[in-house]
Amino acid sequence: MALLEITGLAKRFGDIIALSAVSLRVEEGESVGVVGPNGAGKTTLFDCVLGVVQPDSGQILFGGRRIDSMPPFRRSRLGIGRTFQRLELFSSMTPREHLLVTERVRAGGGRLWKDVIGLGRPSADERRTADEVLELIGLSDVADVPVEALSLGHCRLVELARALVGPLRLLMLDEPSSGLDEGERNTLVDVLRRVRHERGVALLVVEHDLDLVAAVVDRLVVLDVGRVIADGSVEEVMADPAVRRAYLGAVP
Amino acid sequence: MTQFLSYVLPGIPYGCAYALMATGLVLTYRASGVFNLAFGAQAYVSAVVFSVAVGNGWPVWAAFVVAVVLISPAIGLLMERFLFRYTRTAGPLVKLVPTLGLLIAIPSIVQMAIGTAPRLPAALVLRPVHVYFHLAGSAVSGEELSTTVITVVVVLALAFLLGSTAIGLRMRAVVESPRMSELSGVRADRTSAFAWALSSLFAGLAGVLLAPIYAVLSASDFTALLVAAIAAAAVAGFDSLPLALAGGIGLGVAQEVIGGYLPSGTVLSSGLRPAFPFVVLAIALVLRRSFRQGTAGDPLASCDPPTTAFRPPVRLPEVAVGSRVFGVLVAGLMIAVALALVPGNWEFVFTLGIVLSIIFLSITLLTGMGGQISLCQATFAGVGAFTVGQLAVHFGTSVLLATVLGGVLAGALGAVVALPVLRVGGIAVGLLTLSFALLADNVLFLYPWAGNGATGLTVPRPMVGNVNFAGAGAFFWLALAVLVLVGGAVKFLQGGTFGQELAALRGSETGSVAIGIDVRRLRVMVFALSAVIAGIGGALYAMLEQSVSVDDFNYQFSLVFVVVVAAVGVYSVAGAIEAGLLYAVLTQLVTSLPSRYSSLLALVFGLAALTYVRHPEGVVAYGKAWVLDRAEQLVRHLRRDEVHVAAPPGPQVPTDGGPEPDGSRIGGRGLGRVARSRHRAGTGSAAARGHRRGHGGEGS
Repeated sequence: MALLEITGLAKRFGDIIALSAVSLRVEEGESVGVVGPNGAGKTTLFDCVLGVVQPDSGQILFGGRRIDSMPPFRRSRLGIGRTFQRLELFSSMTPREHLLVTERVRAGGGRLWKDVIGLGRPSADERRTADEVLELIGLSDVADVPVEALSLGHCRLVELARALVGPLRLLMLDEPSSGLDEGERNTLVDVLRRVRHERGVALLVVEHDLDLVAAVVDRLVVLDVGRVIADGSVEEVMADPAVRRAYLGAVP
Repeated sequence: MTQFLSYVLPGIPYGCAYALMATGLVLTYRASGVFNLAFGAQAYVSAVVFSVAVGNGWPVWAAFVVAVVLISPAIGLLMERFLFRYTRTAGPLVKLVPTLGLLIAIPSIVQMAIGTAPRLPAALVLRPVHVYFHLAGSAVSGEELSTTVITVVVVLALAFLLGSTAIGLRMRAVVESPRMSELSGVRADRTSAFAWALSSLFAGLAGVLLAPIYAVLSASDFTALLVAAIAAAAVAGFDSLPLALAGGIGLGVAQEVIGGYLPSGTVLSSGLRPAFPFVVLAIALVLRRSFRQGTAGDPLASCDPPTTAFRPPVRLPEVAVGSRVFGVLVAGLMIAVALALVPGNWEFVFTLGIVLSIIFLSITLLTGMGGQISLCQATFAGVGAFTVGQLAVHFGTSVLLATVLGGVLAGALGAVVALPVLRVGGIAVGLLTLSFALLADNVLFLYPWAGNGATGLTVPRPMVGNVNFAGAGAFFWLALAVLVLVGGAVKFLQGGTFGQELAALRGSETGSVAIGIDVRRLRVMVFALSAVIAGIGGALYAMLEQSVSVDDFNYQFSLVFVVVVAAVGVYSVAGAIEAGLLYAVLTQLVTSLPSRYSSLLALVFGLAALTYVRHPEGVVAYGKAWVLDRAEQLVRHLRRDEVHVAAPPGPQVPTDGGPEPDGSRIGGRGLGRVARSRHRAGTGSAAARGHRRGHGGEGS
């Protein structure tokens, strides 16, 4: 049984067709890249899986369960983590606070009465887990700086770190490498490999940097104007003339 | 049919005035994203100036030119130039709070200028009471005729201006995207200033036209008028001018027709006119999804720097401890003063300050932590107060138990109000809660089983076992104990899961959803909890006053509360307490001034709230931060050598020589640079110290 199984997903925004009948499978622990020119519907695909956008038709199964009508926060608690192309960080909070609140929420949230009598602060265990993730991503040095004072690259890593906290089965990354420098990019590749192999997390990566994609994915799906135009191993897909046409306009 | 028409016709002039105001509101909202709540106050100014001038023997046309053509647009231009030019990229709270401040401050200025003697309105064009002709059996007077004709002419002129002139085209461009139009050579600032002047002209016109309807000019009538206009604008989705016009006229007519058919003499029929806009507004806001997006459609919006959220800096330990000790000393001193040492009524004043602090904590929770604005906190306080009164008097319930029940009831009501709020957001929440407050004032609180109208209720003070809290001194301690409990709870909430989830939600709603926060539940909970606190505060207020009526909790208090807390400091528990005490003490001091200055406080806090644009942390919090910054400099100066050893300056230029993107995006230049260069240099030293250093560097 596939971890994520999308069938016939379609979404229009007015006259613009973002997705038309997209079907996609991600197996447990598999790493899949989604590439395609801008406007191909990649981000809309992610939005539909997380539920922040309601698809017009089609169905989405996660772990064999239909999640189409589930509110987004529940899907997230099932173990779907995600980063955003346009940063969606909690301005005014530090990276450490990002991780601590995420950990608490993913574990089912705190009890209000505990908060009221002052028992709502993060536990030692939660702090340790947060420290481990910060260490893994290489954010320990800036763990207590409010994110609005961090560089774009650091902010991307904070989003990644936030997505990694808690029980995770599927990690969706939307252009994770944009804004990263060489060193940060290498950290990213390293972290993604480790997350996959150590925790068995499946990856769904939207990325324009094809070298990075090739380094972390087993399979590549190409979207163009809301349709899947190719699906296969990286080499296969790269050799496909339809893909080259979509990307470059014409085969040279 | 004739009867129906006889209800419809008198509604038209009302509708026209609503329509004029609604049109003006939509104009500024579209031009600058600001929902100008001070619009009613502007209308009031013009009406007063016009009446005073005519009363002094000026010709009507000269009075009109001064009041409507000169003064009103001038006020609009000032508002644009000094406030709203700077809020274009800010969040809804920053845009709303200054207009609230002006709504409070402007009538106060008027009152101080012309005194408190009642002003009779003057009529504009035609002889007001003369009946010019009969239509379908009802008399059409000069007042009705001139209002209708002028509205039609003015709206047609506006339609022509927007549709067929160059300035109209530019205005529409600026509305779509100020940045994009600037890149195409349009001066966005100037265009939006023009929009402000124009919409203020509408405010003045509506004020002068509508003034004869009232027997006496009062600012609160104009605020009620504003709410009706808001409802009309909501029908138009805050977007379409023709729809705003139609909405205004429709609202005016519907109000008269419904009022005409309801049985007279009941609470419903007398209260419906002021409450009707609430119903319309609630329906319109819930049905109109488009308003949720606001003006976020600017394709170049991301070019503007994101607004910085306020975050208290980390202080040196010496300074942190010192300020805490100082705070405890001040609190002790105040308690001593309150309890006896100074002659006068101070015990009551300080108890009032404490009770207000509790109510204000509800705003700290909702606005400071939750990032939402509610303009009906006084209504929730009223629910608490009346619950205690009803339960204690009619059912003999223990007063403290009744207080808790009052809080619970207020909380339940808060959750109900939050339900439509879930669908809207930002400014719409403020509007919806404001109209809810009006509904409560004019309908709910008038019933004998609730607030018992103007007569009100008597409320006993509690007795616990053998301890009687009826005495002023004992009640002071009770109020203080409740404040400590509630303040502590809010503080704990801030640091706990709830507070962190709210902080996350303030930062990014999408991000919050992505990490699994149940945003709907969180919003309902923060509204409900805040209402609980307001309800408890209101119950204590009722016990303090021992007799309360609807006038103690009307919507104006809700507005004043938000303005006071925003002015003093909305982000911290300390801010709410400072605001409560300051408000109570200053109110007491103002009573010793001549009656003309009775509204001085409104002016002071109203103007202080304008600083929200630059310093959302509040005036007092800003002052405290200033003092603490100086204190930190002093401490650092005293142990200069030690600091050098503890934190050697990291390399400011990256050693690998490559071009490095600036580590900071906004404001904290020192902060980002320090953190980043440390990261690069691989020193791995405590980032917390770097952070603190960064902040210190920023402040110096």
